[in-house]
Amino acid sequence: MADTYPDVTADTGTDLDTGTITMRVTRYRPEDGELEPTTQDYQIPLRKDWAVLDGLNHIKDHIDATLSYRWSCRMGICGSCGMLVNGEPKLTCEAFLTDYAPGPVRVEPLANFPVIRDLVVEIGSFMRKLPQVKPWIIDEAPPPAGEHRQTPAQVAEYQQYSMCINCMLCYSACPIVGLDEHFLGPAAIALAQRYNLDSRDQGVLDRLEVLSTDEGIWGCTFVGECTTACPKHVDPAGAIQRYKLSAATESLKAFVLPKSRRARATNGPAPAKEGDTP
Amino acid sequence: MTVKDAPGGYTDFHPRWYRRPMPVFWWVRRRSYLAFVARELSSVFVAWFVAFLLLLIRAVGQGEAAYQRYLDWAANPFIIAVNVVALGFVVFHAITWFNLAPQAMVVRMRGQRVPPSMIAGGNYLAWLVASAIVIWIVLA
Repeated sequence: MADTYPDVTADTGTDLDTGTITMRVTRYRPEDGELEPTTQDYQIPLRKDWAVLDGLNHIKDHIDATLSYRWSCRMGICGSCGMLVNGEPKLTCEAFLTDYAPGPVRVEPLANFPVIRDLVVEIGSFMRKLPQVKPWIIDEAPPPAGEHRQTPAQVAEYQQYSMCINCMLCYSACPIVGLDEHFLGPAAIALAQRYNLDSRDQGVLDRLEVLSTDEGIWGCTFVGECTTACPKHVDPAGAIQRYKLSAATESLKAFVLPKSRRARATNGPAPAKEGDTP
Repeated sequence: MTVKDAPGGYTDFHPRWYRRPMPVFWWVRRRSYLAFVARELSSVFVAWFVAFLLLLIRAVGQGEAAYQRYLDWAANPFIIAVNVVALGFVVFHAITWFNLAPQAMVVRMRGQRVPPSMIAGGNYLAWLVASAIVIWIVLA
């Protein structure tokens, strides 16, 4: 293979090499009868252009082929390679080894998810929570002929929340997710907010039923670590607090306004979407 | 292979997952978690200050003797110590929440989003004004 393709995970002896570093990797091999995870140290070349993921690939290709981990794009967009690096949830393709020198660099599976093997976690809980918030455009009206146009201001209103790559770093960073397995979690709520704030969407109230609950927005205590962990600057914590504000406003409206006005207030479009024409 | 035959109950389709338990002291493991728990705890001291002020109002309402008794009680070293600790927590409470306010609030002026620093700054300004009024009342 080395004859055909350049082996990017090999120690090439260029000026990018700056010695070696130890990676302390969590191993868990239930098929060998292991009951709990252990750690294994690997000595790897420390190169300036290597991320933790490159280090794992070097281990896999040259030292220990039994190591299991998920990865795909190597460029921070697929969301597969999230792990704990020195205890912090990180995309390993974006965490450079030189930032952890002299090491050892601890690499563990994402917290708050069951571990299947080594660094691979079981993400079923997240996959079941995601569709509950109806992350799609809900609109009873027939679709317009041609494009459904939006102004730049209308796009800017939700664009930040649409940058989520489902890497689940926020679930790993959130202690509420660890304490309450039913908590919908940061990414799912931020994604709900992405659609709520979309001028084409009319599904605010549909989502409110799921989200304005103890397992939804009210489960969040604003630790804020989801936002710190997010590699795409989605700010899930901000999305949840904004949602709390609008949910509280909605219930206050339902309480205060007379029935006739309430119907209009609650069946109308989402409150205060930027750029809506009155 | 069935679950029974497999070593450690492992099969291709039913791997035995390892669930890491959440440690009881999860909140001391990270600075930000500790700050969060301290912020949550600070609300107890906010409640204490409310109770302390309500007791003051009751004492004032009951007349001069009761007010003097309240002052003597408040001058007790233990109560002073509690109040000093409470003040620290309440200041921490105010600062951390003011800094978080821009994340929760989207304020618009003339169709433009007010920058986060202005929202936090507005909170601090309001705090300063309120404090100045209180100081003015106390000193006047």
